[in-house]
Amino acid sequence: MPFIPHTEREVQEMLATIGVHSIDNLFDEIPPELRCGPLSGVPEGMSELEVSRLMHARAAQDAGAVCFVGAGAYDHHIPAAVWELTTRGEFYSAYTPYQGEASQGTLQLIYEFQSMMAALTGMDVSNASLYDGASALAEAVLMAVRANRKSKSRRVLIAATVHPTYRQVVSSIVGNQGIELVELTYDRIHGYVDPARLNDYIGQDHAALVVSQPNFFGTLEEADALTDWAHAQGMLVIGVVNPVSLALLQAPGAWGETGADIVCGEGQPLGVPLASGGPYFGFMCCKRDYMRQMPGRIVGRTLDLDGKPGYTLTLQAREQHIRRSKATSNICTNQGLLVTAATIHLSILGAGGLRAAATASHRNARRLLDSVTRLRGVRQVFDRPFFHEVVLRLDAPIQGVLRAMAVQNVLAGYSLEEYFPELQNCILVCATEKRTEEDIDRYVQHLERILSKLSAPTCPVKPKF
Amino acid sequence: MSDVPESLKYTETHEWVRQEEDGTVTVGITDHAQHLLGDLVFVELPEVGRAVSSNEEFAVVESVKAATDVYSPVTGEVLEVNEALQDTPELINGDAYGEGWMVRIRPEDPDPESWEGLMDAAAYKDLAAKDEE
Repeated sequence: MPFIPHTEREVQEMLATIGVHSIDNLFDEIPPELRCGPLSGVPEGMSELEVSRLMHARAAQDAGAVCFVGAGAYDHHIPAAVWELTTRGEFYSAYTPYQGEASQGTLQLIYEFQSMMAALTGMDVSNASLYDGASALAEAVLMAVRANRKSKSRRVLIAATVHPTYRQVVSSIVGNQGIELVELTYDRIHGYVDPARLNDYIGQDHAALVVSQPNFFGTLEEADALTDWAHAQGMLVIGVVNPVSLALLQAPGAWGETGADIVCGEGQPLGVPLASGGPYFGFMCCKRDYMRQMPGRIVGRTLDLDGKPGYTLTLQAREQHIRRSKATSNICTNQGLLVTAATIHLSILGAGGLRAAATASHRNARRLLDSVTRLRGVRQVFDRPFFHEVVLRLDAPIQGVLRAMAVQNVLAGYSLEEYFPELQNCILVCATEKRTEEDIDRYVQHLERILSKLSAPTCPVKPKF
Repeated sequence: MSDVPESLKYTETHEWVRQEEDGTVTVGITDHAQHLLGDLVFVELPEVGRAVSSNEEFAVVESVKAATDVYSPVTGEVLEVNEALQDTPELINGDAYGEGWMVRIRPEDPDPESWEGLMDAAAYKDLAAKDEE
C-alpha cells in the first residue's frame, strides 16, 4: 500500500472540487523568489530492502567499539527492562496525545516524567519534553526574551563553554527573530567562565545569561556566582545541564540566591542509547513565574466529576493551535517514546541508582585521567573540578591518534580543534559507569603505544654506513 | 445580553474606556468579551511606565479556552495596573467594569475627540449583538 493513499483520480477530483488545476497552484501565493526550487543533494528513494541493507552496514560501523566519547551524548547502562517495556505496543504506537484525555496512560507517564525532571532540576514546572537539547536551548532563549519584563533587550549572553553545536542551533533558530547572541568568553587556563572577569558585560542590557553545568569541557562553572551576577544585571538565567550529573551536583533551582530561571538540556543520558546520533529528546523546566511562557505541552493531574484522579493537558491556551502566529513556540509535540524510556529508566534506577551511576562515572573519569596523564605526552588541560569528562592535550596530531585508537576498537575522544582552534591537539574524553578497569587499561596501553610510535624521535646516532 | 454601560466608550476589539476626572483613562475588557472568553485563569499586564500606542497589544487575557491580546485604546503612558488580577483574574468575569479594571493610562492627548476608533455604548451594543446572533 502506498504511504499516501490518494489515487491520481481522487487527487484530480479534490482539485476540481476546490477549483484548482494542479497541486502546485495551491502554493501560488508564495512568491517565486522565496521558493527553494529543487532540493539538490537529496538522493532518489530506495526500496525497503536497500534501506535495510544500508542501515545494517552503518550500524555495524558503530558496533563493538569501547566508547570514551561524550561531548553531549553519553554511553550509560540502560537496564534491559527499559526498552522491553517502552517498545510494548501500547507505548510504541502512541504519538503525542492530540486527543490527550483519551490516553490516560500516556498522560500519566508524562506527568511522572515532569515530576521527576522538576525534582532533578529543583524547578517548579517541567514540560512534556522537546526535540533535543540544542533546540530546547533555542526555545529557552526565545522564552527568556519574552519573559524578562525587566529588560526590553533582545540580546542574550551565552557562555563560550556551552556546547558549540547547541550555540549553532540556537543561532539558526533565534537569529531570524532578531535576537542577538553575545558570546561570553571563557578562561583559557581553567576552562570555565571566570566570575571575576564579567565587568566587560555590565550595563549592556542583556535579557538572559546561558550557562552550562557541567560545561562542554566537562568542568564545573561557578554557577552560584554567575547566577547572582546575572540576576543583579536584570537577566534571567538559563541553565543547560546534564540530567545525570544532577544526581551529584546542586540542582539549578538552588543556584545562587534565587536559582536559575529556566533549565534545559539533552535527555539522552536517561535511558536513550547512542544510535548514530539520535533520536534524542530535550527537556525544559522553569520557575512558576514563567510557566505561561514555556513552550510545549504540560500534563496536569486533576479530579474528574466522580472525584477520581485523572490527567489532562493543561496550559494549552498559548499553543499554536489556539494562538496561531502568536503562540509561545512552534512546538506542541514531545518526544513521546523517548520520554517513555526516560521515565521507566528513572523509575528503575531510582534516586539512589542515578546517584550510583553518576558517582561511578565520575570515579571512572578520574581513574582514566590519573592513568592517562602518567603517560609521556598527555596532559590535563584544565585544572577545575569536573563531572565525567576532561580535556587532554596530546603531543601528537589528534586525528592520527584517534584513527589509530579506533582501529583498536577504542573511540578515544572528541577532537576539540574544529570548534576551539586554540585547543590544538586537544580531545574531550568521557568515562561513564560502563567503563571497566580493563577498558581503561586498554585505552591507556593503546594510547601509550600509539603515542610512542607517532612521536618516536629520529635516531640521534647517525648510522655509520 | 451583556452589560454595556452608557457612560463608557468602547473599541472594536472589546476594550472599554472610562475617562476619569483627572484626565487619565481606565481600561478593561467588556462584559461581552469576558463572556466569550469564559473563565479567566491568567492576566498578563504591562509594566507601569510603559509607553503604549493606540491599537498596540499591551496585555493578554488567558482563559481555559484561549489567550487573547488586549489592545490599548489610546496612545499614552501606563500609570497603574490592577495588581489584584495577578491572583484573582476572575474579577474580570465577575465585575468587568469595576473590580476587573485592568490598566490606567495617561493619554498623550487629553482631548477625547483625538482618540480614534472609539464608539459609544449604542454602537458597541450593535457590535456585540452581531456576535451573539
